[in-house]
Amino acid sequence: MTWLLPLPVVVPLVAAGLALAVSRRSRAQGIISISALAIVLGVAVALIFVTHTAGPQVMGVGDWQVPVGIGLVADRLSALMLVVSALVLLGVLAYSLAQGLADGNESAPVAIYHPTYLVLAAGVSMAFLSGDLFNLYVGFEILLAASFVLLTLGGTGERIRAGSIYVVVSLLSSILFLISIALIYAATGTLNMAHLAERLAEVDSGVRLLLQIMLLLGFAIKAAVFPLSAWLPDSYPTAPAPVTAVFAGLLTKVGVYAIIRAQTLLFPDSRLDTVLLVAAIATMLVGIIGAVAQEDIKRLLSFTLVSHIGYMIFGIALSSETGLSAAIFYIVHHITVQTALFLIAGLVERRGGTTSLEQLGSLAKVAPALGAVFFLSAMNLAGIPPMSGFLGKVGLLQAGFQDGSALALVGVGAGLLTSLLTLYAVVKAWNKAFWQEAPEPLPDARVPRTMFGPAAVIASVGVLIAVIGGPLYDYTDAAARDLTARTPYVDAVLVHGDRGSGQSSDSSGGDG
Amino acid sequence: MSPSLALVLVVGVLVGTGVYLLLERSLSRVVLGVTLISNGVNVLFLIAGGAAGGPPLVGTTAPEDMADPLPQAMVLTAIVINLGLTAFVLAMAYRSWQLHGHDEVQDDLEDRRIARRAALRQADSRTDDVGSDLQAEAAEARDETEETPLGAEEQPAAHTPDSTAGGPITGGDR
Repeated sequence: MTWLLPLPVVVPLVAAGLALAVSRRSRAQGIISISALAIVLGVAVALIFVTHTAGPQVMGVGDWQVPVGIGLVADRLSALMLVVSALVLLGVLAYSLAQGLADGNESAPVAIYHPTYLVLAAGVSMAFLSGDLFNLYVGFEILLAASFVLLTLGGTGERIRAGSIYVVVSLLSSILFLISIALIYAATGTLNMAHLAERLAEVDSGVRLLLQIMLLLGFAIKAAVFPLSAWLPDSYPTAPAPVTAVFAGLLTKVGVYAIIRAQTLLFPDSRLDTVLLVAAIATMLVGIIGAVAQEDIKRLLSFTLVSHIGYMIFGIALSSETGLSAAIFYIVHHITVQTALFLIAGLVERRGGTTSLEQLGSLAKVAPALGAVFFLSAMNLAGIPPMSGFLGKVGLLQAGFQDGSALALVGVGAGLLTSLLTLYAVVKAWNKAFWQEAPEPLPDARVPRTMFGPAAVIASVGVLIAVIGGPLYDYTDAAARDLTARTPYVDAVLVHGDRGSGQSSDSSGGDG
Repeated sequence: MSPSLALVLVVGVLVGTGVYLLLERSLSRVVLGVTLISNGVNVLFLIAGGAAGGPPLVGTTAPEDMADPLPQAMVLTAIVINLGLTAFVLAMAYRSWQLHGHDEVQDDLEDRRIARRAALRQADSRTDDVGSDLQAEAAEARDETEETPLGAEEQPAAHTPDSTAGGPITGGDR
């Protein structure tokens, strides 16, 4: 089944080329991108079954054996991330298609939108699947280049202003990542992650600590971990609603995914756990305090996004199986709920003409369904008991108690405080935008059903994760077990006998 | 293996000047900075690859004399990626110049508003305790109303760069 592995990368890339070729016909573009992402979703679901039953899958690209050639690896964690990201990408695409149609402009998501979106999808898949650090970098660059274009779509003054900060910060983080790759290669002579897992252990511990710090710095900027998060609330709110939604859902999570890989596979001795714990606590608190102060829904949501990244880092920093498992569960929950909230914010903007809480009001009367979906997602974000946010937070708090150290307990307290403040912030937003009387009558606009549908579906997926909470937790437990044990991944990549010998199966040479 | 000192110095100088340029507000300097740093990193990759050697072809060079081909492949990829990204930043700097007449990265509007609100509040408490001056308060009130409305920058400004070369063109110059 290893032939499945390259599909999530190749299919969107080919589709992007096709979509660019038919750029004058937006309907054909829509069909191409929807079917490409549907294929990715199907492949991702298949990968979950394969990796769950048969262990990690490895494919050497171009039939070069893995320590030498480029390797694609899917284990439980990457398969799960692929499924969630494909689901979200598909839903947001449906929403943006409907937005174009609803605006009465057939070519409305400008001709470049679909190809760029598909390239973004390919980059995200590649980041999840790549088995070595350099391809992780390439995956990051693919998705970054696409995200630059999406963020500055249309080139209005506000988007260029926000985009320039985002672009410069992203370039900086990529450079940091690239420098750490060069240093790691100099120290170990390999970049394959499974290979590194063995060889890094032989490196002098001071050098190893330096490499770990460099790598984590680059990833933490991408994941928006405080104090490296200041760029995010500045850049996200200006982009079009679907773009913001997919960025908020996926891009920061790719950074979190990279942190998980680095912490579990490459540096399991985890001397930076205390630092990460402190950063997690600071991210939670600073982010949510920022959110409380905001008067604009999109900015408020961006700050809650930063704050909730803290939860995942908290789970990772505990470096226990329960912590990791809860962090993975929380990632799945947060991708869906945050995407849904940004999509709903886009609908609110459409219905109310603005996202400023000072000017919005009485939306619950004119758009009750919108109010209900927003309320549901907001409660899910804050972690009200029956929903998936609650399950994720409980898992994290349990892991914190299990750890038992003073700092972990402080983290538990910070987590509780953060979810209370999240509740306060989103209830404030709900009251002002939906419940209170509007200061001025709202413009006469309609929320198209085709746009509301995808938002509602993603929001209900976020809630329904609670229903499959048990099996999902079993799955994330298994994923976390694999991650902490490390052997399933390493053994799958480096087949015994070939380990470290660097022999290519293509003995007659070739142009690899 | 000890790396060549000259190469290490080149990396240091390139990255150092690059970082200095990256701290500037003007986007075109940022582009130069990023270019310098990424060239520095490329040289760093060459250092990481070890000493120079013969071409890594089986049959041409003895295995122990071969140069490591992997860093060179990676540098090549990095160069291509940087070319694309640099082109994008240049386009963005040009667009910024079209819209604003300069290519400086600007403060976040909301941040600035919050900062101004805090400053106003401080000024208020000062004018309150000593017999407050009507004129001072009026000046502050006018200051507030002069603030550009949030939505004003949304419309893309009409731009004809060649006719009004350089000067601030219409649109939100904040």
